[in-house]
Amino acid sequence: MSSQARVQALFNEPACEKNQAKDASTRSKGCSKPLTPGAAAGGCAFDGAKIVLQPITDVAHLVHGPLACEGNSWDNRGAVSSGSALWRRSFTTDLTELDVVMGQSEKKLFRAIREIVEAYAPPAVFVYSTCVTALVGDDLDAVCFRAAERFGTPVVPVHAPGFAGSKNLGNKLAGEALLDHVIGAYEPDDVGPTDVNILGEYNLSGEFWMVKPLLEALGMRVRACIPGDARYRDIAGAHTARVNMMVCSTALINMARKMEERWGIPYFEGSFYGVSDTSDALRQLARLLVAEGADRALANRAEALIADQEARVWRRLEPYRARLAGKRVLLNTGGVKSWSVVAALQEIGIEIVGTATKKSTDEDKVRIKALLKDEKHAFDNMAPRDLYALLASGNADIMLSGGRTQFIALKAKTPWLDINQERHHPYAGYDGMVELVRQIDLAIHNPVWAQVRAPAPWDAEGVSIADASDDGADFIARTRRKFAATAADELGEC
Amino acid sequence: MASILPVAKAASVNPLKSSQPLGAAFAFLGVAGAVPLFHGSQGCTSFALVLFVRHFKEAIPLQTTAMDEVATILGGADHLEEAILNLKSRTKPALIGVCTTALVETRGEDFAGELTAIKSRRAAELAGTEIALAQTPDFDGAIEEGWSKAVKAMIEAIAQRGTAQQRNARRVNLLPGAHLSVADVEHLRAMVESHGLEPVILPDISGSLDGTVPASWVPTSYGGTSVEDIRTLGQARLTIAIGEHMRAPAARLAELTGVDYVLFRQLSGLKAIDRFVSLLGELSGRPAPEPIRRRRAQLQDALLDGHFHFSGKRIAIAAEPDLLYALATFFVGLGAEIHAAVSTTSGSKILEHIPCEAVKVGDLGDFEALAEGADLLVTHSHGRQAAGRLGIPLLRVGFPVFDRLGSQHKLRVGYQGARDLIFEVANIFEGARHEPTPESLNPFRHQESEHDRRPASAIGRH
Repeated sequence: MSSQARVQALFNEPACEKNQAKDASTRSKGCSKPLTPGAAAGGCAFDGAKIVLQPITDVAHLVHGPLACEGNSWDNRGAVSSGSALWRRSFTTDLTELDVVMGQSEKKLFRAIREIVEAYAPPAVFVYSTCVTALVGDDLDAVCFRAAERFGTPVVPVHAPGFAGSKNLGNKLAGEALLDHVIGAYEPDDVGPTDVNILGEYNLSGEFWMVKPLLEALGMRVRACIPGDARYRDIAGAHTARVNMMVCSTALINMARKMEERWGIPYFEGSFYGVSDTSDALRQLARLLVAEGADRALANRAEALIADQEARVWRRLEPYRARLAGKRVLLNTGGVKSWSVVAALQEIGIEIVGTATKKSTDEDKVRIKALLKDEKHAFDNMAPRDLYALLASGNADIMLSGGRTQFIALKAKTPWLDINQERHHPYAGYDGMVELVRQIDLAIHNPVWAQVRAPAPWDAEGVSIADASDDGADFIARTRRKFAATAADELGEC
Repeated sequence: MASILPVAKAASVNPLKSSQPLGAAFAFLGVAGAVPLFHGSQGCTSFALVLFVRHFKEAIPLQTTAMDEVATILGGADHLEEAILNLKSRTKPALIGVCTTALVETRGEDFAGELTAIKSRRAAELAGTEIALAQTPDFDGAIEEGWSKAVKAMIEAIAQRGTAQQRNARRVNLLPGAHLSVADVEHLRAMVESHGLEPVILPDISGSLDGTVPASWVPTSYGGTSVEDIRTLGQARLTIAIGEHMRAPAARLAELTGVDYVLFRQLSGLKAIDRFVSLLGELSGRPAPEPIRRRRAQLQDALLDGHFHFSGKRIAIAAEPDLLYALATFFVGLGAEIHAAVSTTSGSKILEHIPCEAVKVGDLGDFEALAEGADLLVTHSHGRQAAGRLGIPLLRVGFPVFDRLGSQHKLRVGYQGARDLIFEVANIFEGARHEPTPESLNPFRHQESEHDRRPASAIGRH
C-alpha cells in the first residue's frame, strides 16, 4: 500500500465515532485541521510514531534521516523500563549531504542495521523513515526485508515521514507498523484465559506499575502493555490475548479495531486516571474476560478488590480535604482523558474554574457541562496572552497542563502542575490519584509564591519605595523601626 | 517555634563541631597582618592549623604559646609573653589575636590582667602591634561563638572609643558572621559599594583567605581589614551585622562608639535581601543599581523554576546555629521541609526560630540517625560518611569542606547567591533521581505498613 493510500485508510476509521459523524469529503481530509503556516504548533507524524514505538524497551530504534529528526529529540520522554535500556540509546543514519546527493542513503541504512545487530543483538530493529529519506525515495521496505533476511533479525519499517501529517497521524501509522510486522509474529506457549493487552499505555514515570499488580491480584496476566515497558516478544504475541483495553483512544484505535477484526479480540476504551475510572476499567476487564470464557468468580473478585481499594484511597485523600477545599483549578490540556480525575478532585472540594475543550469530543463536552458550575468556563483554545491575564488576575489557584503552557503560569506567578508526558510523577490507579492530589497540595502551598509575588522594594527607576508613606522622620529611627532589633524576634521573617 | 533538644548522651559520635578557638582564629585571620596565637598546648594549634589548611589549601599563620607541663602547673603568663615577643620580632604583625584554649581556661588565669601587664612592660618593643584577647575555651561554644568573641575583642582592644566621633555619612560597618564565605563577603562589599557607600568589613576574609599568590613570602595574614579601619569603626554611620552571633560585637561597638546597628539574620531569602538593598538605598539616597535589580528578577525566576525540585523534599541539616537558620529558611521557603536539624551549641537565640519541630544539639552520629529517610543531607565534609552509608546525596556547607575545592568561592548570599544555590541544590536532586521500579510503585507494597505520607507538615505552618 502506498503511503497516501495508507493515510487515507486511516482517515476512514470506522471505530471512531467522531469520524463517522462526518460526510465522506470531510472525512477524507483527515482528523486534524490543516496546519496554518506561521501559526502551527505540535509535533509531526514522525514524532507521533516515535512516541508510540520508542517505549518498546529491547528494540533498537533506528531513525533513517539527517541528524535533526533524532539528534534533536532523543531521550526526551519519561517512559521507564523494568528490563532492557536499549530503547534509550539513540540510533540514526545521520545522513550527510553527500549521502543524499550520491544516493547512498539506502546502503548506509543497510550498513547501520548490520552494525546495530552485530553490536547489540536486539530482538528487532525498528527503522523510521523521515522527510528526506521519504522524499528521495528510499525503498525502506526493501532494505528492511533484505536486512532481516541477511541478519536473521526482524527489521520493521515505520513509514511516518514528518510531512505526512500530524503527531496523531503518526501515532496511528506506528500502530499500523505493529499490525503489519509485529503482532502475530510469535506464538507464545503459555496462552491463558485471563490474558489481556493494554493499548496506548506508556508507563510514564512507571505509573503502569501502580496498576499492573491490581490486575495480577485478580489473576489477570498482562500479555502486552503497548508500548509502555513492552518487550518485542510481548507485542509479537499480543494476538493471543482475550481482551484489549484501550487507554489512549485517539492514538491507537485503529490497532484495537483491527485486532478485533483479525483475531476476534474484543476491546473497550478505559482509563486508569481517577478513582471511578480505575474501578470501571477493572470491572470491564473482568466482565469481558468472563464473556470470553474466564472463570465467573473473576467478576466477584474484582468487586471485592474495588471496594477495598476505593475505601483505602478515600481514606488517604481525606487529610487533603481541609487543605484543598475551595481551591480553584484551571485545567488547560488538550484532551482530559479522564473526567473521573475531575470528579475525584471535586469530591475533595476542589473547584474546576475552567477547562480547555479544544480536543474534547461532543460527549466530553456534555460531561464538562455537567461538571462545571458555569458553562462559560469552558473555552476552546486560549491565546497565551489571555491565559496569562486570566492567571495573573488570580482567578485560579493552580493550573494543570502540559509543558507548553508551563511558563505562562510561572511568569504569571501561579502554581502549575505538569499532567502531560514530561511529568515526573505517576498518576495512574488509586495510588496515582493520591499522588496527584499530593502534588497539587505541595504546589499550591509552596511558600515560594508569596516570595515571588512580593513586589520589588523600588520603583521603575530603582528608587526605594519601601517607605513611601514615611514623612521623612529621622533616618535611624526609621531604620530602627524597620530593620533594627535588640530582641531577636523583631526581625520576624528576615 | 522549634524546641531545642539538648545533648543527652555521653559519647559524642562523629563530631559536628569545630572548636571555639578555631572560630576566633578564623576571625583574626580576616585582619591584615594578623597572627592568631593559641594560648595552650602545641596540639591545640596544630589540629586547628591542619583543618584550616585542608579547608583553604593555603598556608595559615597560626601560632601557639606551647604550654608545657611546668607552665601548666606554675602558670602560663611567661609563655604568653615570650610568644608575643617572638611573634613580634619574627613576623612584625599588625595584630596578635590571642585565643585561649581549654587548657589555660581550666587552669584559670587572669589573662586580661597578664596582657595589660605585658603591654605596659613591653610597650616599646610592642609598638605598632595591637593585641586582642578572645577567651575561647574549647569546652564551650563552637566556631560562631569563637568568631563572635574575636570580633568583639578587636572592637574592644582597637576601636577608638567615644560616642561623639566625627561621622562619615558614606561609611558603613559590615560585621559578617562566620558562616559567610569569601565570595559572600566580596559580594556584599560590591553591593554596598555599588550604592556609593564605603564599607568597612570586620573581619574581611575576602581579602585574606581568598586564595591568591602573593609576590613574596608573607608570614602573617595578607589582606583583610586594616587595623586603622578597626580603629575608626566609630566614624561610620551605621553597622550592619549578619547573623545572630554578630549581635554581641555590634551591640558592643554601639555601646563604645554610639554607632547604631541593624542585624540581618540571613541574606539568602528574597525578602531579607530586599530589606538589605532597601537599607542601602536609604543610607545612600541612591536608586538601586540596575545590575542588582536585574539579579532580583533572576532570583524570582530561579525560585519559580526551582521550586518544583524542592516541593515536599525532606532536608536534613547539621550546621552551626546561624548557618542552620539561613539554610533551613532557604529550603522551607522553596517548599521543602526540614526532616532533621542538628546544631552545635544550645546557646544561640536563633535556634528556636528555625522552621522545624525540633533542633537537636548534637553530633553527626545524631544527624545520621535522624537523617534516615531524607532526600538531601546538608552539612560539612565530615557528613560524607553518613551520606555514603545512607545513600543520600550531600550538599557541603560550612566548615570544614576538605574534599571539594573552592568552597570559599561559593556564593550563597544576595540575589545572585540565592539564585545559584537554588540551581546547585536542584541539580543535586536531578543527579540523584532514581528511576522508579515496579517494586517501588506496587500498590500492595505500601498497604502492609500503611506508611502513607501525610500532607507536608512543614508547609502547613506557613
